[in-house]
Parts: sequence; C-alpha cells; structure tokens
Amino acid sequence: MKQPRPMKTFVLQEQGPIELTHATISYFFPKVEASVKTHSSTPMEAPIRATEFLRFTLLSLLFFVCRSSPSHDLLISNAERRIDLTSHIVKVYLTLKVENAGSTPTSEILLAFPPTQVDHLATVEALVTKGKRKKTTLARLDVTPTELPDAPNGTKYFTIYLTNPLNSGESTTLEVLYLFTHSLEPFPAEIGQSESQLVYYRDSALILSPYHIKQQTTFLKTPSTKVESFTRVEPTNRAGTEMKYGPYEDRHPYTFSPILIHFENNSPFPVVEELVREVEISHWGNLQVTEQYTLVHGGARHKGVFSRVDYQSRPNMNGVSSLRYLLARLPPRVHSVYYRDEIGNISSSHLRTDSRKSELEIEPRYPLFGGWKATFVIGYGLPLQDFLFESSDDRRYLNFTFGCPLLDTVVDKLTVKVVLPEGSKDPSAVVPFTVEQHLETKYSYLDVVGRTVVVMEKKNLVPVHNSHFQVYYTFKPIFMLAEPLMLASAFFLFFVACVAYLHIDLSIRK
Amino acid sequence: MAAPETSTAAVPTLYTNNTLRNAFGGVLSFFILLLIGVMAFSIRLFSVIKYESVIHEFDPYFNYRVTQFLAKNGIYEFWNWFDDRTWYPLGRVIGGTVYPGLTLTAGTIWWLLNSLNIPLSVETVCVFTAPIFSAFASWATFLLTKEVKGTGAGLTAAALLAMVPSYISRSVAGSYDNEAVAIFALIFTFYLYIKTLNTGSLFYATLNSIAYFYMVCSWGGYTFIINLIPMHVLLCIVTGRFSSRLYIAYAPLVVLGTLLAALVPVVGFNAVMTSEHFASFLVFIILHVVAFVYYIKGILSPKMFKVAVTLVVSVGLAVCCAVIAVLIALVASSPTKGWSGRSLSLLDPTYASKYIPIIASVSEHQPPTWPSYFMDINVLAFLVPAGIIACFSPLSDSSSFVVLYIATSVYFSGVMVRLMLVFAPAACITSGIALSQSFDVFTRSIKFQLPGISSSMEVDAVETSSATAEAQNDAVKTEKSEETSKNRPSKKSKKKEKEKEEKPSTKAKAEKRLLALPLDSSVIFLLLLILLGAFYVVHCVWAAAEAYSAPSIVLTSRSHDGLHVFDDFREAYGWLRHNTDVDDKVASWWDYGYQTTAMANRTVIVDNNTWNNTHIATVGTAMSSPEKAAWEIFHSLDVKYVLVVFGGLVGYPSDDINKFLWMVRIGGGVFPHIKEPDYLRDGQYRIDSQATPTMLNCLMYKLSYYRFVETDGKGFDRVRQTEIGKKYFKLTHFEEVFTTHHWMVRIYKLKPPKNRIRGKTKKSKSKTSSASSRGKRSGTGKKNPWQ
Repeated sequence: MKQPRPMKTFVLQEQGPIELTHATISYFFPKVEASVKTHSSTPMEAPIRATEFLRFTLLSLLFFVCRSSPSHDLLISNAERRIDLTSHIVKVYLTLKVENAGSTPTSEILLAFPPTQVDHLATVEALVTKGKRKKTTLARLDVTPTELPDAPNGTKYFTIYLTNPLNSGESTTLEVLYLFTHSLEPFPAEIGQSESQLVYYRDSALILSPYHIKQQTTFLKTPSTKVESFTRVEPTNRAGTEMKYGPYEDRHPYTFSPILIHFENNSPFPVVEELVREVEISHWGNLQVTEQYTLVHGGARHKGVFSRVDYQSRPNMNGVSSLRYLLARLPPRVHSVYYRDEIGNISSSHLRTDSRKSELEIEPRYPLFGGWKATFVIGYGLPLQDFLFESSDDRRYLNFTFGCPLLDTVVDKLTVKVVLPEGSKDPSAVVPFTVEQHLETKYSYLDVVGRTVVVMEKKNLVPVHNSHFQVYYTFKPIFMLAEPLMLASAFFLFFVACVAYLHIDLSIRK
Repeated sequence: MAAPETSTAAVPTLYTNNTLRNAFGGVLSFFILLLIGVMAFSIRLFSVIKYESVIHEFDPYFNYRVTQFLAKNGIYEFWNWFDDRTWYPLGRVIGGTVYPGLTLTAGTIWWLLNSLNIPLSVETVCVFTAPIFSAFASWATFLLTKEVKGTGAGLTAAALLAMVPSYISRSVAGSYDNEAVAIFALIFTFYLYIKTLNTGSLFYATLNSIAYFYMVCSWGGYTFIINLIPMHVLLCIVTGRFSSRLYIAYAPLVVLGTLLAALVPVVGFNAVMTSEHFASFLVFIILHVVAFVYYIKGILSPKMFKVAVTLVVSVGLAVCCAVIAVLIALVASSPTKGWSGRSLSLLDPTYASKYIPIIASVSEHQPPTWPSYFMDINVLAFLVPAGIIACFSPLSDSSSFVVLYIATSVYFSGVMVRLMLVFAPAACITSGIALSQSFDVFTRSIKFQLPGISSSMEVDAVETSSATAEAQNDAVKTEKSEETSKNRPSKKSKKKEKEKEEKPSTKAKAEKRLLALPLDSSVIFLLLLILLGAFYVVHCVWAAAEAYSAPSIVLTSRSHDGLHVFDDFREAYGWLRHNTDVDDKVASWWDYGYQTTAMANRTVIVDNNTWNNTHIATVGTAMSSPEKAAWEIFHSLDVKYVLVVFGGLVGYPSDDINKFLWMVRIGGGVFPHIKEPDYLRDGQYRIDSQATPTMLNCLMYKLSYYRFVETDGKGFDRVRQTEIGKKYFKLTHFEEVFTTHHWMVRIYKLKPPKNRIRGKTKKSKSKTSSASSRGKRSGTGKKNPWQ
C-alpha cells in the first residue's frame, strides 16, 4: 500500500484552479506516458515523468499557442454538473446556460473532453429546454464528434447543433448527458474476498470547455459515505454521499483542475466483453434471438483464496462486490427461453413474465469476483407480429432493440446480426447511432441460396443504447414454401426410387 | 420384403390368397419394425426430457471431445492427433489408441447433416447417436432372430431388445460411448454370419467381414466375436455339421476380417499376434483340414481312405505336436501369456483383484450381483431357459449358435458387470424365441379347440404359424434350398423358399392338431404371458425413466419444496475453463480426467484411459501422502490446481473419500511406502476420530474436509454418517481457490515454492537458490507489496 501515496500527495499539492501545466497534463493524460495504465499501481511513474519533462513542456507551450483559437463569441453564464458515481457507469448531467456574446448568430456549441475521457465516453446526448416555465419540453439535439485542427493536447470535441440558431445576446439552456464506462479505477487493484472494493475517479473540478464559464458548480454522488480521500479545490464541501466542488467564478477556457476521489463502490462491475446477438426472422411466425455473452467482472481483481464457507455464511461481509446475478429485460410474450453455456444448461435462472415485459434473472454458474469470467448464451423466441411490420412502400421491416438486455452492464463490443429469411432482398438498416455495417450469408436448415445477414457492430455500449433499430427488406411469401416443397419432392423421389427398385429385376439369370 | 411377393406376376391362382396374406404380413411386420425402431429411439430420450441434451458421465466426454476434434480438423488430423492436454507430461496419441468407430460414425453423421445445411451441433449429434443406433440394433436383432427362428420370433426379440434395461443403461441419449454403436455392430455381424451360414452366399460372407471390421473399429469387445464364431465353427465340426456353407461363412471372415482389423491403428498387428485372436486361426486350420478330409473322402474309395487317414494322422500328429510346442513356447514366453489384462480377468475372475488394482477399481469391471440381473434383464432371466430349449427343437446350425452365444455371454456377464451388455442381446433373442414359440403353441391350441372357428380359420392358422413352421422346418428347408439356391440371387431363392414352404406347413398342420393343449389352460397361460410381457414393459420404462436417465454430471434430488439441482461439476469445470490460465495443469483422480479436458479444457495428469499405471499411482500416492510430500509430487508434475470431489455436505456417495482406498492401493502397488493397512483401523476404513493418523493427515482427507467443520459446527459427514476425525487444521502448501455451491468439487491451488522456503532458511540462501531456478517468480513475488 505504499505506492499510491506519492501520487496522492503530489496531486493534493495542486491546490486551486490552475492553468494546464506539464504536471497536470501528465496527470490527466496518463496515456501520454509510456507505462502508466489506468488500473494498476504505477511505481514507475516518477522516473518517466522526469525523463519526459521536456516533452510536456513543449506540449504545454503548444497548448498556450493554440488555446486562443476557438470562437469566443459564446460564453457559458452558468454551468452545473452532476456526476453520478453510484454504479460503474459514470453518468454526468451537465446543465449549461449558453449565451451568445458575439455578433453573429451561431447554432453550433462545442463540448470539450480530454482524450482519456473520450476513449471511455459511451454516449453524449444533448437536450434543449423549450417553452416557458410550466410548458417546458425537452427536445433532443444532434450531437456529432468533431475534429478541430488546433485542439490543444488532443482535446476532443463534440458539436451540439441547435435547431434554432442562437442570435447574439440570446441565451439558451442545454441539458447534456454523457456516460463514461471503465472510468472507475479499482485501487487497490486486487482485493481479497472479505475486502470491499475501492475505486479512483479522476476528473477535473472545472469543466473543460472552449468557452469562458462565468459560474460553475460540480456535484459528485458516491454510492456510500465511505470516501477514502478526495482532492480539495476550494470551495469543496462534502456532505453524506454528495460532494460539491464550487461554485467557481469566471474561469477561462480550457481551465482545468484535476481531482481524484478515492471511494468505496461495492457494486459489481458487470462488463460484457463481447456480445453477439443473432435475430433470426422466420415468416412462419417466430423471431428467434440468440445472444452470446462473454461476461467479466470489471472491478478490482480477486486475489488469493475463495472460501465458500465464508461466502455462504457471511454474505454481507464477504464478496460484497461479487456478481451474484444479473437481470435481463426481455420483450413481452417471450417463449422458449434458454440459458446455457458451452457445457450445457445452467439451471439457476428465473423467468417472470407479465403483459408488458419479461424479466429473466440469471445467475452465472459461479459468483463472479473481480476479473473472473464467464460465457453463456441466452436464447428466446418471440412472436413475429410484435416486431415485423410492413412499411408503406411494400417492404417489410423489423423493429427491434439494439443494445444488451442485461440491466446496468457495459458492453465493450456488440455485434447484432439480423438473419433475414431466405430469398429476401435489398436489406437496409436504420440505426439511431453510427454503427459499422456489412452483409453476410448464413446457411441454416435446408437452405440452398443462404440467408442474408445484416451485421451491425458497435463498441462501448451502455443501457442508453437500448433503442430501436429497423431493418428493411423485401420478401416474397412464395419463398416460404420452398423448403417444404423441397422436402416433399425429396421424399417423393425416394419413394419412387424404392418402388422402381422393387419392380426392376436386376438378376442376370432368370 | 413385402413387395416381391405382391409383384410377382406369375402367381398360380391357387396361391393368390396366400400371397396377398404374405404381402399383408410383410407390410405389417415392416410397420411393426418401424414402430419398434421408434420405440427404441424414444424410450432413450427420458434423459433429454428429464434433464437436458447433454453428454453423460465420463468416457462419453472423451468421445465427444474427439468427435469435436474430428469435425473441426478432419480425418487426417484426427489420425495424427497427439493430445497434449492429458497425461501430462507424457501426452497421448489419440489417433492410434482410440477405437475410432463411434467417433467416425458421429462425425460422418454430422458432416452429412451439415452438408445438407442442417446445422446441428456436434454435441447434438453425439447425444442422439446412441438412440439411433439402438434402433438399428433392434432391427439387426430382428434379422438375426428371423434367420434362426422365423419372423414372429424376430419381431418379439426386436421388441424385447428395443427396451432391455441393460442396453438402455449404455445407450440413453447422451451416453455417447463405444457400446452404443458396438452392440449394433455385434448383432449385425452375428446376423450376417448366420445369414451366410444359412445361404452359403459369398456376398454375405464379404458383408460379414465388413461388419466385423466396423465392430473392430468400434469396441474392444470384438474379441468376443472372433472367439465365439470359431467356437461355433468348432462345435459344428465336432457335431458333424460341417458343410461348404460353414466354410464360406468362416474362412473369408478370418482372412478378410483379420486383414481389415489390422487396418485399425489401435489393433494393428495385435490382430495376428495376441492370444485373443489365436483361437480363430487354430479353427481356421482345423476347418481346412476337415474340408480337405471331406474332399479326400469324396474322391477316394473307403478302403483307400482308411489307409490315407492312418498315414496322414501319424505324420500329421508329429508335425502338429511340433507346431503346437513352438506356439506354446512363444506364448508362454510373454508374461501375460499374450493376453491383455482385461481378457485375463475374464478368464480368471480373480486375476484383476490379485494383480491389477486399476482394473479392479473400475466399478463396471466388478462382478454383478443377482439383483442386477433382475434389474437389467428382468423377466428375460426366466424366459432364457425356455428359449434355449426352443432352440434345441430342432437344433440347426443357427440355433446352435444362439445357444453357444447365450452360454458364453452368461459366463462373461457373471465376471464383469459391463459385459451384461453382451449378454442382453442374447437374452433378448432367446426370450424372443421362447415367447413367440409359446404364443404360437397357445394360440394354435385355442384356434383348433374352438369348433366354430377352427374350420374357417384353418388357413389363418397356417398363416400365423407359418413363421414357426418355417423355423421348424429350418433344417429340412436349408438342406433343400442349398441345392436349389446355391448360386442364385438371394431374392429369388427366398421366393422359392416361400413357395415351397406352403407344402410342408399344411402337412405339419395335422401333427399340430395332436399337440394342442386344453383350451382353458392355454387361455390362462396366454394371459399370464401377456402379463409377463406387460411387467417387462413397465419395468423397462421405469428403468429408462428413473434408473438410467441421470447424466451423472447433473444431480437432482426431490424434496418437499420441489426439485433441487446439483450442478456442481459443471460449475467447477466452468470456473476452471474461464478463470485459470490455458496451460495450467489440473490434478485429480483419474475419474475426472476426461471431464476436465472436455469441459474445462485444461491439461490433466491422468484420465479415464488408464494406460499408464505408474502415472496413476503417482497421483494416488500424492493424494495419500501428507501435505508436504504431496506438494512435492504435484510440483514435480507441474501441477497448479488440485481438484477433489467431496460429497460429505450433501451426501453424494461416489466422492473421492469413498474412492480413496483405491488410490492407496494403486499408489501402493507402485510406491511401496504407501501401505494400505496404515489407512485402516482394524481393517476398517473410517474417517472419524478412530481413524489412523496417516489417514487424517493425508492430502485427500485435508483437501476434502478443509474448513468443513465451519458449515455446521460439528463436521458431520453425510455420506459416511459420522463426524469427521480431525476438524480444525490449516493447509500450509495448498490454498482453496474455489469450492462449488454444494461443496461437491473443491479446487486448491499449490502455493508457490517461496512460501515453503521463507522462515525456514536464511534469506540469503533462499535468494540464491531461487534466483537460479525460478528467479522470475521470486522476483515478482518480492515486488508485490500485498504479500
């Protein structure tokens, strides 16, 4: 337990808001360093930092040169940020009051993220409040990642496009929600069975923004009151499970103040490393879904002994962060659900169905401790009429959810395969976010030409991505009869051959 | 088989009625056979319905793994497969040491289905191979029994075999073992032998060799065939039944069969070199001598023949004696007299328990108990003697074969419980004969005694009893048909036979009238027979549903609050599969070797293919040694995890503590410092406070009962029904890394060696010694701040 201390004290020295310097960069952009990983103790940090000093100085010089470039027309009069650290998905709610101080109307607002955070950023959503007082409605805005040529230190941007341009002097309130995955670094990285899981969360006390922020506050919510340490950037308050950074007044663009919070988070970190969902459409009335999971507990790695007797007799003290069960929310009217892995059925699952949803509670074969893995398959059938519709242009489309049905899980890589019936043509997919797409061919029961498979791939998913997508295709119902007819004719030919054989006398001598 | 009769255009009008009846009977028996096949298949599905579609037990997992390899890599890779996942560090040449029949069969089925775009998994194909082949086996039984005693007996025997519990026990869905296809191959080979014997057709003789080849591919039990058929040939010769048909039935089988058998890598030159095959060659020689004698007898006058015999006998005897002496010397020079251990324990049932504990330790190599006969063949046990008697009236070549088959298999089943499986088809065939014969007698009596019906039913009676008539006239008929059908296609000759058969059967009717039994008694006996059959069916269904359907890797228990599932084995294997390094070695008793390699995909030290006794003894010794010595043994084998099966918490009786004495025995057989009496208190095996200190300090005890006392405070073992002897102890060289939900499998990790050195010797010394040998490990260990 000796290694963290130098780093922690080092961080705490950085009191108050500062401009980006080589030290903060090296702290906040650990990727720049050669060997610093996000999830392990880094005893080698100091020497590397020393050797790379020159480089950071250069970087920070570059930064100061560049930082004046983004437009200063906009300024943020008030920003409030709420960071929810209760689960392993970090949710950030950002409320920005944006004011156009320039002369030209603008409809683009930039959000800035440090590059390390961008890697873990799962989704960014922006909403604008419309209407006055009581009749406020939220309208979703387009958000796209943007590359700016002169981004300081590899800062990444997202542009929010306003529906109505913001005229000069006007102001609007934006609600921005973004989620980070893999952003809680367990420390210590390895824990025993009876220890609780402590994690680091790194962020900035000040919002990284290309705009001038007049006033800003950050609230952090931790899952329990047990907080080992946290960086103070005055004024900082902590009450119960909430921490408050700010309010800070009048900060320049790209001001940055790293904070580090070390707190207890005993919730399991279910991470699906890879999920392959295969949705097979049968026009005989069934939709067969097969989901292959590779699940890992992404929390602090389990160390040493696993004692079943402790685990069973003292469940509150032992293996508190272990993953005991998972809940999958399936569509209603689900049937023939199975839950198995490569060596057979897993008997520990419960299915609860009602008219609105189905809940499948599954337990892995063994409780998952940090770093433990399990693979399994969930499969179920669904009535086709709930998901397949005819569009106006005589095409058919499948309307299905995209993400992972397991609640509160992060999916590192998701592949959705929609297996269209044999003979369907012109497939096209409509997904609310960008995915990689390509087509495959699959041969299933008695196929001759094969079925078209629309494959969609996406990385770093959170439950927010469980939105609907559509796959359009054309299909002639006559193809449904192809296989039955084929079978019937095969049997017919077989019997004809039998009859023929019995009627033909092949003997040479009569 | 129905069609030829109906299709013949030139049927005399006299026989039209009967031909139609024959056709109807043919179609009927075809559908009965189809239903028998369906029943044979579906009665074996209880395990899938009650549990799941999963591979069962131990050996099937190995076969499954081999099939997976075959499906993935193809046949050539399969022949060359050297498996480094097992018998570490020796490995095993799978392609050359496995009977490939089952694997190739399932692999072919899988390949065929997949090429038709029916995407069944290898597992599914493997699970359902056994039920499919039991349907084939029941059809083969029909064919065999039909050759012996006619269609009626054939159908009865097929129905009996379709559900005989002994066979079900080895062929339920999921029981993917060699026997699943081997029993079919066995019966089918016998059928083809009998068929050749009855027809004298070289075509069937060739088929017979191919069927024999399939049997050799499938199961080590092929030696039963290659000994039984020579025995029968010898019997035929001795009883003066030598004929050219016998020669054709036997000689090609030996030549072709041996050549083909030598193609199977696992058999290879054993096909000519081991004593198991010796009998066949000896009989082959005898057969030729006899054939030669018959030939000489044919061309010489009786007087000349006598002279020739005395000449040949005097010279021949001398030569024979010399040859036999050389042979005996050769055989005697090998320590096991050229017989493998399993075969020897067949001949001498006490052999294994005396010399090879590893064979004796396997539960299926134990002699069966009387209840197990009743359990496995049920009422057939009573019908068999009747069937044997029926075979003697009249005794033909084929029925004498059945008698010989049942006599030998009864003996073998008495030696090894596993060979009940060979006995079951014989029992079914004889019982089928007995049942159909007695049905025949009783129904005939009833028909002839009912005055109103008897006249109108005369034709009927002939019809129904034609099967038996055929059988009874078998001897006559075969002699007759021999001349007529010598070189004819079988289809034609069969037609001829059928036509011919009408005459003798009408003749036989008169005799049968005299044999009629009293009406009331025959009705009662008929009812009793039906009751017996019903009892058999009920028992079989019960056995299939309850006794033999459990896959043994998943256990269930019924309690007042519903079904409770114990899935601990797969929990442990799943954990090993995902949470240990791919190259880690897992040590366990050999029973779990196949499962560990197949389900956990980890390297094991020993497995169920018990080919290296020393290696198994090493593991046995480690398990029965104290912790430190065991650690050293395991460490020398590069073992990282030790897996033990412990049933004490939930009362699972076949756990490692109950198998432990075998480990001691097998270990002690090779390493004499392990002595069985050290583990027994006054000859009793116990683990309570009366147990010996050696027992309480051995690794198996410690790994099984580590922290067990904390579950209930007393440490009460539910299997042994006693409190354990040593309750509180610590492990110094092993650490618990995983225990399943019901504690049935416990996995321990060997502690790294530096822990052993620390505190004992000076640091500097340990540093130098460890730095040289395992510098990396100690280096990282030192850096780790949490240790």
